[in-house]
Amino acid sequence: MISFILNDKLIHTDKPAGMALLDFIRNEANLKGTKSGCREGDCGACTVIEGQLKNGKLIYGIIVSCLTPLGNIHGKHIVTIEGINMETPSPVQTALVEHNGTQCGFCTPGFVMSLTAFLLSDEHGFEKAREAIDGNICRCTGYKSIERAALEISEMKSGLQAGDKLNRLEQNGFIPVYFLSIPDRLKKIQSNREESHEGKLIIGGGTDLLVQQPDEVFEGKAKFLRRNRTNNGITFRSDFCSIGGEATVADIMQSEVLQQYFPKLPYYFKLISSTPVRNMATLAGNLVNASPIADLSIFFLALNADVHLTGENHNKRTVPLRKFFIGYKKLNKTDNEIVEKIFFQLPDENTYFNFEKVSKRQYLDIASVNSAISLKIKNNVIVDAHVSAGGVSPIPLYLKTASAFLINKEINVENIIKANTIAQKEISPISDIRGSADYKRLLLRQLTFTHFIEFIPDKISITKLLQTIKI
Amino acid sequence: MNNIDAIGHVTGQSVYLDDIPLQEGTLHALAFGSDIANGKIISLDVQTAENFSGVIKIFTAKDIPGENRIGGIIDDEVLFARDEVLYIGQPIALIVAKDDYSARKARKLIKVTYEEREAITDPREAKEKGLLLFPPRTFESGNIEDAWSKCDHVFEGRADTGGQEHLYIETQGAYVYPLENENLKVHSSTQGPTVVQKTIARVLGLPMHRIEVSVTRLGGAFGGKEDQATAWACMAALASRKLHKPVKISLSRPDDMVMTGKRHPYSSDFRIGLTKDLKILAFETTLFQNGGAATDLSPAIIGRSLFHITNSYHIPNVRATAYSCKTNLPPFTAFRGFGGPQAMFVIEAAIAKAAELLNIPARIIQEKNLIKENDVFHYGQTAKNVHAAKSWREVLNQFQVENNTKEIEDFNAQNPTVKKGLAMMPVCFGISFTKIPMNQARALIHIYQDGSVGVSTGAVEMGQGVNTKLLQIASQFFSISPAKVKIETTNTTRVANTSPTAASSGADLNGNALLDACDKLLLRLKKTASKTLKTDIGSIEIIDEIVFVSGKATSLKWKKLIETAFLDRVSLSAVGHYATPVIYFDKTVEKGRPFAYHVYGTAAITAKLDCLRGIYSIEKVQIVHDFGNSLNLMIDLGQVEGAVVQGIGWMTMEELRFSKKGELLSNSLSTYKVPDIYAAPETIECKALETEGPELAVLRSKAVGEPPLMYGIGAYFALRNAIRAFNPEAHIGFDAPLTPEKVLLSLYSVTKVAGTM
Repeated sequence: MISFILNDKLIHTDKPAGMALLDFIRNEANLKGTKSGCREGDCGACTVIEGQLKNGKLIYGIIVSCLTPLGNIHGKHIVTIEGINMETPSPVQTALVEHNGTQCGFCTPGFVMSLTAFLLSDEHGFEKAREAIDGNICRCTGYKSIERAALEISEMKSGLQAGDKLNRLEQNGFIPVYFLSIPDRLKKIQSNREESHEGKLIIGGGTDLLVQQPDEVFEGKAKFLRRNRTNNGITFRSDFCSIGGEATVADIMQSEVLQQYFPKLPYYFKLISSTPVRNMATLAGNLVNASPIADLSIFFLALNADVHLTGENHNKRTVPLRKFFIGYKKLNKTDNEIVEKIFFQLPDENTYFNFEKVSKRQYLDIASVNSAISLKIKNNVIVDAHVSAGGVSPIPLYLKTASAFLINKEINVENIIKANTIAQKEISPISDIRGSADYKRLLLRQLTFTHFIEFIPDKISITKLLQTIKI
Repeated sequence: MNNIDAIGHVTGQSVYLDDIPLQEGTLHALAFGSDIANGKIISLDVQTAENFSGVIKIFTAKDIPGENRIGGIIDDEVLFARDEVLYIGQPIALIVAKDDYSARKARKLIKVTYEEREAITDPREAKEKGLLLFPPRTFESGNIEDAWSKCDHVFEGRADTGGQEHLYIETQGAYVYPLENENLKVHSSTQGPTVVQKTIARVLGLPMHRIEVSVTRLGGAFGGKEDQATAWACMAALASRKLHKPVKISLSRPDDMVMTGKRHPYSSDFRIGLTKDLKILAFETTLFQNGGAATDLSPAIIGRSLFHITNSYHIPNVRATAYSCKTNLPPFTAFRGFGGPQAMFVIEAAIAKAAELLNIPARIIQEKNLIKENDVFHYGQTAKNVHAAKSWREVLNQFQVENNTKEIEDFNAQNPTVKKGLAMMPVCFGISFTKIPMNQARALIHIYQDGSVGVSTGAVEMGQGVNTKLLQIASQFFSISPAKVKIETTNTTRVANTSPTAASSGADLNGNALLDACDKLLLRLKKTASKTLKTDIGSIEIIDEIVFVSGKATSLKWKKLIETAFLDRVSLSAVGHYATPVIYFDKTVEKGRPFAYHVYGTAAITAKLDCLRGIYSIEKVQIVHDFGNSLNLMIDLGQVEGAVVQGIGWMTMEELRFSKKGELLSNSLSTYKVPDIYAAPETIECKALETEGPELAVLRSKAVGEPPLMYGIGAYFALRNAIRAFNPEAHIGFDAPLTPEKVLLSLYSVTKVAGTM
């Protein structure tokens, strides 16, 4: 039995845990405002708000209901467009109407949910309101009218008086009054659902399995990992960081401590999928998916992270991430092992880290090539180096030879060019929908150059690099 | 006035096809399509699939009681492939099951064996092999042969544009159920209810009056549901008719992408000749339209390409020949702009090529050749109420284009790795269906006894706001509150023999038909008023629901007037009819006056390019557009912004890709990228040109749906200019879309990478 609150209604259902939330909402609960657009988390028409208690606090965020299995929403509050409709339109709804932010209307409920979730979040300002709708595709408006509505909404939010957020939002007509009762009602739902599924597919966030094998998941061939988590699974000890496999991309992106070590973390992670998918997709899922362009794999390869696996009988084993990928979609991991956590040394003041990703569309897209670099510098000499690249090999690639080459080298134009020449020998890109092999080679060169140009722009420039290549 | 549907949209209460409450016992249908692009069907075994739990029946070509034909213009398209398949995804069978899940499972059990033939996907190759969907057409003006010798400069080249997925967020679908006496009710997500009605009648062997087609609204269409909604409605109708059950079909996104047609890819050769003072004297082009496996709307689309091959320019000597090439891809179809964008890209590419080789900015050539009042288009129509130069000048003035150009030059000089580029894009687009008989419409008005009004027309609401405009027309004409007017669903039993809502003409045609109906009713009401108030009819006016006599308010209000008319047995219903006057076209000489009027405008587009990563953004789009006397500027501006972004998407990131075997590679939203919020231009500014508007536009409010899409073409040339600012030697083919891949490869002049790293 899965229990959750759908809008204002407590639901107990014995529908399969692998049923997509979208199907439950539309076909079982008969709420037709949530639309089905692509069923791969790429359009946002099915966006709903998910509320969950974390350390006793009710936290709201958006998810795509097409990729959310019912098994993942036990004990949560799910809000659809019907759940925010009141006697009169909310300010979010009014702003979209007044700014002509809706044409055919099919994507509109998704936008309304994303913008309402922005109100429910701790974020402020236009940029954050815009970020809230980065997973919503509109084919009619060209977005500018929606942006104008988002601007107005962000200004309204900033104008709200301080105080309890839900109360303030309710008093100002942004959300219906029943929201105020949700924290208490969620506490009453038994937190641990009996887990009867022992399928072969292991589901974290569901953002890949529900795209690739929705029918298999529906048929009960999946085992659910995600329990109600009380924290983000990110811990720090001296210079080391440990991130639980169930941590979402959003958890990592929003970690204030990690942001201190990686000031550009929000910028890097904004390049990874969209707000709702980041709220769902897990670290472990991204790693075990073994996609050659998995963004997190590339990110953590450059941090030379270790993967901690737990197998049968709680047997534990540690594998360096760079040895975790052994072939196309092949892992140094048995079917029974799960990724418990990853573990890595945090950068110190002598470390330079950078992540780059280029895709056909800058955001909400899969990389053509991505790359990360971590350099430890002492007295102008690189003393440790780790470079990774995705999309250029059957696996997320740790550029072993190029990394080794950089150690004990000065950062100068010649060495960067040599590092690239070495990297080019390590890679074996193929031509596919993400780009031709030639493009991927050139792109890796450019991203390698970019890592260094971003690091010391006054010393390294593309002009100098190109001149030296020509010589 | 806000869009009348907006409240329903933002509250999720608007009803789309997939939201229609299902009748008990509704069955779900799923099409099974060909796995190969070209071949003979040797055997088809549906038995195992039909025995699968939950499956009710599997239909194939042999189950069709009427004709297995759905082609509109040329009769070359079947509903289900029987002997041969011509593209991957071509429907062969229809699985009808108790739910989608069972149908999906059963689909995997259908077995087909084929004798495979080589697939042809390239239009030029098809043309070489003589594979044409219909004979070529040539438009000619002046004397092209003589003109070349008078040119000081002649340049040749090739231009290619890719296809484009409509990517309406609501996929194709239909819901059909039997009514009494063997009639069928069809809900279809279609732009063309009559086409659906007529084709179902044909497939089922029934007269049209037995088929009732109803449309509430579409979740986006952009041309993709003009002709290509029909097959799905026919399939559901076939199953419903045979099984006597309600049957629903709603395509999954991958099925929709694989099985339906898109914007036609074009490949073209051009030759352009200029005098030394940069007048374009001659322009010759050959267009190879990739038509796909069946004709669909290709003849009309290729026609519009020929009409718009000179865009906003007057060129005295023109020869344009167009071949519609038969390939093993899904039949390409209507898409906003309808062949116009592809043609305009060719002339813009020719101008850009000339400018680059002459080492001058393209806009100098563009500006010198803008069409002027009383110039004659190459198809014989005299240009009237021309606003090409006016809109161009307004863009230059209002947006300080000269200053921007200098700023860009300074910016580029200072920034080694970020470059900007600017391009101007004028647009001239003809309004009317180029098939003359389609330029007609009807409207039906009922005024109810309480004074409220119901309006039915043939227009289909798909987000473009036509219903809002129609409501405004009725409310303004009668001078009654908008709340008194309701726009009904589009239904073939109320308004028959409709043209599809397409060609930007929905408001013009249906609005004018509505005006005709309003006119008839108002005359009757004025008669009643004059009788009641004992005055002559000429002195009667209705203003804000009050009857005025010779400018003075009376105590007679709208509601009472209606009541009085009803009691006096006056008909409170009227049908209006409209047929666009003056237009004609003689295909034997390819000359005439095909368009009621033209829409003009100009855009300046600025692109910003990160030369390290080869990624870019469109910084500014600045437009002066001729709306005429806009009925609803808010809706019209929304059309401009949406169209511009769609055009930019087509030019920059939307890359439709097929394998050599005809398999769609860009078959999902993760592989086919449309603009997201960050890909939209940072700013779009659009100013309305002050014009009176033409008589033939409804209430002088010009059609707006398609023309602004073509401003997006400027993004291609702006980006190209930015690339050349970084690498003046860059070889950039005129090959849209200009994706990050093509950009990076041209930035570094890389043709072969291995060995140069």
